[in-house]
Amino acid sequence: MSKIRNAFTNGKAFLSFLTCGDPDLETTAAAVRAAAANGADLIELGIPFSDPTAEGPVMQEASLRALKNGVTTDRVFDFVRELRTDVTIPLVFMTYANVVFSYGAERFIAACHETGIDGLIVPDLPFEEKDEFLPLCHKYDVDLISDVTLNSAGRVPMIAKEAEGFLYVMANGGGKRTFEETCTVLAETMKTVREYTDIPCAVEYDYTSPEQAETIAGLADGVIAASALVHLTAGQGSAAPASVGEYVRIHKNAVK
Amino acid sequence: MTNENGRFGIHGGQYVPEILMNAVNELEEAYNHFKNDPDFNAELNTLLNEYAGRPSRLYYAEKMTKDLGGAKIYLKREDLNHTGAHKINNVLGQALLAKKMGKTRLIAETGAGQHGVASATAAALMGMECVVFMGEEDTIRQALNVYRMRLMGATVVPVTSGTATLKDAVSEAMREWTNRIEDTHYCLGSVMGPHPFPTIVRDFQAVISKEIKQQILEKEGRLPDAVLACVGGGSNAIGAFYHFIEDEGVRLIGCEAAGRGIDTFETAATVNTGKLGIFHGMKSYFCQDEYGQIAPVYSISAGLDYPGVGPEHAYLHDIGRAEYVPVTDEEAVCAFEYLAKTEGIIPAIESAHAVAHAMKLAPTMGKDQIIVINLSGRGDKDCAAIARYRGEDIHE
Repeated sequence: MSKIRNAFTNGKAFLSFLTCGDPDLETTAAAVRAAAANGADLIELGIPFSDPTAEGPVMQEASLRALKNGVTTDRVFDFVRELRTDVTIPLVFMTYANVVFSYGAERFIAACHETGIDGLIVPDLPFEEKDEFLPLCHKYDVDLISDVTLNSAGRVPMIAKEAEGFLYVMANGGGKRTFEETCTVLAETMKTVREYTDIPCAVEYDYTSPEQAETIAGLADGVIAASALVHLTAGQGSAAPASVGEYVRIHKNAVK
Repeated sequence: MTNENGRFGIHGGQYVPEILMNAVNELEEAYNHFKNDPDFNAELNTLLNEYAGRPSRLYYAEKMTKDLGGAKIYLKREDLNHTGAHKINNVLGQALLAKKMGKTRLIAETGAGQHGVASATAAALMGMECVVFMGEEDTIRQALNVYRMRLMGATVVPVTSGTATLKDAVSEAMREWTNRIEDTHYCLGSVMGPHPFPTIVRDFQAVISKEIKQQILEKEGRLPDAVLACVGGGSNAIGAFYHFIEDEGVRLIGCEAAGRGIDTFETAATVNTGKLGIFHGMKSYFCQDEYGQIAPVYSISAGLDYPGVGPEHAYLHDIGRAEYVPVTDEEAVCAFEYLAKTEGIIPAIESAHAVAHAMKLAPTMGKDQIIVINLSGRGDKDCAAIARYRGEDIHE
């Protein structure tokens, strides 16, 4: 069974996204450890890409800062090796198709397995293109994480049926919705998902309070904090790990 | 030429975020419905002929031919279209399609501003809202086009992320589409991006080669020996090549922007210097570093300043059907000045890349041979920048 399931055995899960190398890899390592110590159930490590088209300016700026500081795919693998000396919670990569492809997909996915990466999220690899990496992910026992959005109507069944690891539910974007509207559409989406799979589902949403995070978590199996943590890192630089830990503690307590 | 999954050989595909999949599928379905619809095509043809001024002339450049002393040179005058470039062909098609789909808002990216101007034009004509994303650096290089877009009621959004050029404008337009799909059509300007865009844009631009073929057969009673066009994303080139792909005897030559040279980092010659990758929705060739980070490319021409190339060009390169040659800034500027002085035609600096290669190629060919250069746009927009390149500080 996928190790990723472990992230969903401690109440509702709290997943944290961090961009590797923003502002430097030492800070990211400290932030990962702070998040893990304060209850994060899974960490998504972003490998920076120059042109992250699926994300907004905050994430792009984080990526560009990391690249400017000399972060490369090779250095990220070394970084994960070092993290794995004591960090035991599931770790997944989030990066763009070209980062995997240019490294050599097999070389990349084999290195994921070897360094202890449990899953791979590729935002510009939709269901229709997943065979680009899926056979290699199977070969090296790395879960290729699928995603659905609140605008995926009609596509949810096929995606849910074949989802592995956990299902990434993107509740941001796709038009302006109030928090209440988001919750309504999310609940409908989750209902469809549940008809096709019992895989854990985690929701990325830019909630504005621990209470909102709790409500969102209540509709699924966990929440993903992404831009909030990137904002923290952007504002505080190398002082960020302590704040990341505090943020995770408060929100994990709220959702669990 | 497109196969079922929107592939050209190994290239193409739909590498976009899940959130855009319903939008690209909806577009594909609509396009498949309307592309063979007689009413749609009649309406589009009326727009192309009565509004955009098609067919464009195939002009025999006699002075240039005599001066170069080799192959006979014809210029396909896309610069004479309404709005001054080939971009209008695609935009009228997509805007009409968007309207049939019930969309009320067009968004577009632009480099040199020609596609943005064409989009603003079509939106004004069809009563649609228009928002154009343009790299901040390009809004400075092409200030006149920014004004033209605004004059026609479009909103121009300067893009400051990344390198603030065409690739960032594409990324920003994609993001905006993600946020507002219901009423918005993304009017992509080149034969790039996720399927079905490379096929839709190609089909709407193919009118260029369809006309060239008829016109050259009327004038010369034979097909040309070579067709030349500049290539950024590659829309005017694929338009000029398409109906000749089946004619093996016609050389198809794409002229890439080499910037300061393909042995420097300041280049945008993708086929010549790039490698296979996945970006902006497609698998194709891209200028990138060893870790797949997209390179900050450079060309004097804002319209060719793009780190990728359309997937059908990548495929034509793979199978050896088309050749892709680099042309430097300096060569393009010389050709810009040459065509102005020799024929009284000021080409767009993009198109001047094709003229430059023709100047090298024509003298090596026989007088009984024929070259067609696709003059994709006119150069008024470039005059101030070229003057500055030559050390003259003029202001519009």
